[in-house]
Amino acid sequence: MTTMKLRGAPRFSPSRRRFVQGLAMVGGLVGTGILNAARAAARAPSVLTGDRFDLSIGETPVNYTGNMGLATTVNSLLPGPVLRWREGTTVTLRVTNRLRVPTSIHWHGILLPFQMDGVPGISYPGIAPGETFTYRFPVKQSGTYWYHSHTKFQEQTGLYGPLVIEPARGERFHADRDHVVMLNDWTDVDPERIFAILKKQSDYFNFNELTVSDFAHDVSMLGLRGALKERAMWNRMRMSPRDVIDISGFTYTYLMNGVTPAGNWTGLFQPGERVRLRFINGSSNSYFDVRIPGLKLTVVAADGQDVEPVTVDEFRIAVAETCDVIVEPKHDRAYTIFAQSIDRSGYARGTLAPKSGMEADVPVMDTVPTLTMVDMMGAMAQGHGMQGMDRGAMAGMNMASMQGMQHSQMSGMDMSGMDMSGMDMSGMVKAHHARTEYHNPGVDMHVDYPRTNLDDPGVGLRNNGRRVLTYADLHTIGGSLYPHEPVTKDIELHLTGNMERFIWSFDGVIFSKAKPVHFPAGRHLRIILCNDTMMNHPIHLHGMWSEVESPDGQFQVRKHTVNVQPAQRVTYRVKADALGRWAYHCHLLYHMEAGMFREVVVA
Amino acid sequence: MNTTTRLTTVLVLALASTFTMFAKAQDTVKDTDMHGVHMPESKSKPSQPKHKPNALAPATASSPAKSSGVHGMDMSSMHDMPMQQQPAKASVPPTLVTSSSSVQSMHGMDMQGMHVAPQSHQGQTTEQDMASMPGMQGMPMQAKPSADMQHLHFGQMIGTRPKPGGLAGAMDGMAMPSMQGMDMSSMQGGDAPQDARSSDYSDGYAYGSMPGMDMNDNPSIGMLLLDRLEYVHSRDGGNAMAIDGQAWYGKNFNKLWVKFEGEQADGKLQDLRTEALWDHAIATYWSTQIGVRHDFGVGPGRTWAAFGIEGLAPYWFETEATFYVGPDGRTAARADLRRGIGSGLSDAEVGLRLRYEIRREFAPYIGVVWHQRFGRTADLARAQGEHADDLQFVAGFRIWY
Repeated sequence: MTTMKLRGAPRFSPSRRRFVQGLAMVGGLVGTGILNAARAAARAPSVLTGDRFDLSIGETPVNYTGNMGLATTVNSLLPGPVLRWREGTTVTLRVTNRLRVPTSIHWHGILLPFQMDGVPGISYPGIAPGETFTYRFPVKQSGTYWYHSHTKFQEQTGLYGPLVIEPARGERFHADRDHVVMLNDWTDVDPERIFAILKKQSDYFNFNELTVSDFAHDVSMLGLRGALKERAMWNRMRMSPRDVIDISGFTYTYLMNGVTPAGNWTGLFQPGERVRLRFINGSSNSYFDVRIPGLKLTVVAADGQDVEPVTVDEFRIAVAETCDVIVEPKHDRAYTIFAQSIDRSGYARGTLAPKSGMEADVPVMDTVPTLTMVDMMGAMAQGHGMQGMDRGAMAGMNMASMQGMQHSQMSGMDMSGMDMSGMDMSGMVKAHHARTEYHNPGVDMHVDYPRTNLDDPGVGLRNNGRRVLTYADLHTIGGSLYPHEPVTKDIELHLTGNMERFIWSFDGVIFSKAKPVHFPAGRHLRIILCNDTMMNHPIHLHGMWSEVESPDGQFQVRKHTVNVQPAQRVTYRVKADALGRWAYHCHLLYHMEAGMFREVVVA
Repeated sequence: MNTTTRLTTVLVLALASTFTMFAKAQDTVKDTDMHGVHMPESKSKPSQPKHKPNALAPATASSPAKSSGVHGMDMSSMHDMPMQQQPAKASVPPTLVTSSSSVQSMHGMDMQGMHVAPQSHQGQTTEQDMASMPGMQGMPMQAKPSADMQHLHFGQMIGTRPKPGGLAGAMDGMAMPSMQGMDMSSMQGGDAPQDARSSDYSDGYAYGSMPGMDMNDNPSIGMLLLDRLEYVHSRDGGNAMAIDGQAWYGKNFNKLWVKFEGEQADGKLQDLRTEALWDHAIATYWSTQIGVRHDFGVGPGRTWAAFGIEGLAPYWFETEATFYVGPDGRTAARADLRRGIGSGLSDAEVGLRLRYEIRREFAPYIGVVWHQRFGRTADLARAQGEHADDLQFVAGFRIWY
């Protein structure tokens, strides 16, 4: 152990390919118990079943990249063991901290007493070194969830694992096999260092900035004038259309069930079987676009809740979301499970095969996504009377005025180059900004007319020739849990940030400067989230469901983590029936730590 | 660093300038308009090392010009600052100020004569203080909102080799008519709409007393940047080492910020400008910086009070503008505009650097810098056996942690 290279300084592998792909073989190390990529291709993840669990949190040496690192693990596993509970039972989980620092485990998406929720400083004081904390609560739901540390950056260093809860009355959708597919992002770099780097140079990990050849492409599409205008617009705003995620494959090695792409985790099937794949995005800061070339994916559950089956080719899974799909491989061949990161800087990869050792072609990653006008301006760039305007014409709009615009009027916006006469603003929903979003160095933009549609797969997935899942496709079976209760209170919160300074917040106010958000007990609330940034944010409310509404206010889908796309407005209902104090935050770990966090008080 | 290694060509578009503000010696300030910046000198020394890559120190020379202070300091790059455009008048001829010249004649920016150093002017100005700069009393300044600020024309500045009147002309549209029109508070985002809501949903509930909260969303972080650690070879044959860097430590909106820029030649320190500043974020991309500066080197050691702003202008121009006030009433200003991660330059220079980014934090480079002097400055340089223009070859590193 003492000779191992520990996390602490950025250290990148001398071989980029090996770095991205990860190690496939054991590295000739003498130590025992070292997790590495060779672990268990075809070996099922460790599963613990029952209603009593003993979990031990400690440090485990790992080697995913050629460099030794120290992971924070549950029972020396990365990911931690799959915990299989059963709806209707009461589970007891004894968690012992064998670290030298405090730790915690949060049961993500689980309805439970707030003291059992596992958030230090809100639910409980955390678990001190050497201490054992006993969680005990009734299991009132079923489906695919996960657990993770809520302490500092331990989630980044490996403290996470899958949760599968069997329905009391059996699975609604029959499957012959059941595989958990957990996606994670591993880095050899100390996450505290990553956080500091982002504060110093927020584009540090982005090697996808637009280039001369991209510009040449734009010229061919828009003409020189249009291309120049478009580029000028972004530059004037000091924003990059390639700024889709903060941390990339430059430092991340993406894992599938704890196995690198080169290690090739493999799930077995017999041709003709129905195979349920329980996807969990347990990463700290990575969105994945998942597909299995050659197979249709029938989505049957989102965030643990059964949905009306919908068949797609691909889905985007935001951080902390879960998505259950059923596939029916008919042939005696291997299929690649391909999960490319949103910025196409890397991918997690595994294989479905009749027997271990088989492989299928690994697709080439898609082109690097570029944010569009819709991601910047929301509804202003959508249909709404703007039909007939091409992209070049849009580029002529002076977006710089977005930053200085008087929000009570449109006059601040220079649309002189456009014919506004046909523009119909009536169909657009106006954002209701908070005063704290102004005169605030922590806020870099406001979107006055966010888009409200849910049928957009998001940047990088639009019109890619594949059928891609959107929130508009998700319909929870059985509908709302509170179909007849009117909403009696709205709470609007805006997702804000300054990408340059790497400050993230709600309403321009970071957690440490904010007050709790009060949910009056028993009330049926509507949360209105408007994204005033150009990044996706997966917003997670602890302890209560988020029942997402369609743009016309109808129930859409029940979730625990709601992704809000750039310049998008999403609303959801919350039944404030869980008394106590709860965490509410962006589940991009680095955004949360930078201040995009609130405490909710239900009282 | 393997695949992440990038070979970067950095075209330095810096138009950094070091210039003197005209001291207001005796006259009462009546004119509140900010006219063109006249930059007659950058150094008060009689001569400088030929190979000097940058004029490091702000001009210390002063003149009896009847000017009210900071004229036409170009703030227009600050996108969020409402300013009104004002057609500038003809630029000043490259002469040093005559005491009779009215401020109105100094529209536009005159970068000439930067190396002229009539020492005789030194000390003539004794009473200037910041108060003589209208509008400078206490930032933030009063707003005079204008949408015109949105329309900037950097193209006119970029890559333009200053020539007499040329730069001034290019900057006409950007001249800031009045410092009083500058509103630091509205640099970003405009004002909240009338119907803006509260962000307080607490209904009186406060955080509980539960221990263990470990969120730290306003951490203290430090950074050291050596933007240029550079060897300079001048066509005139001189060699020098130059350093330009900064370090900061602090939280989201308040930092201690240290800057240093210096040069060593012939085995001795020629110049070293050091500054210690309180950096306070006031807008999305802008901070005020207030503190002290001390100059070391062959010239007279001087201590100044420093007032400035630093930030990111539209089109990714890293911008610094600092005003300095010395104990004897001397004033100076320094403006620095860099595109991307180019190096800071002074005077009128255009440089091309080929940088090899071994990793983000470490990038060696080589480059050439074209340094041009104009008008009487050029004459003086020639008189001293120097070229009016200077082609320098540089090699160095950019390092940060």
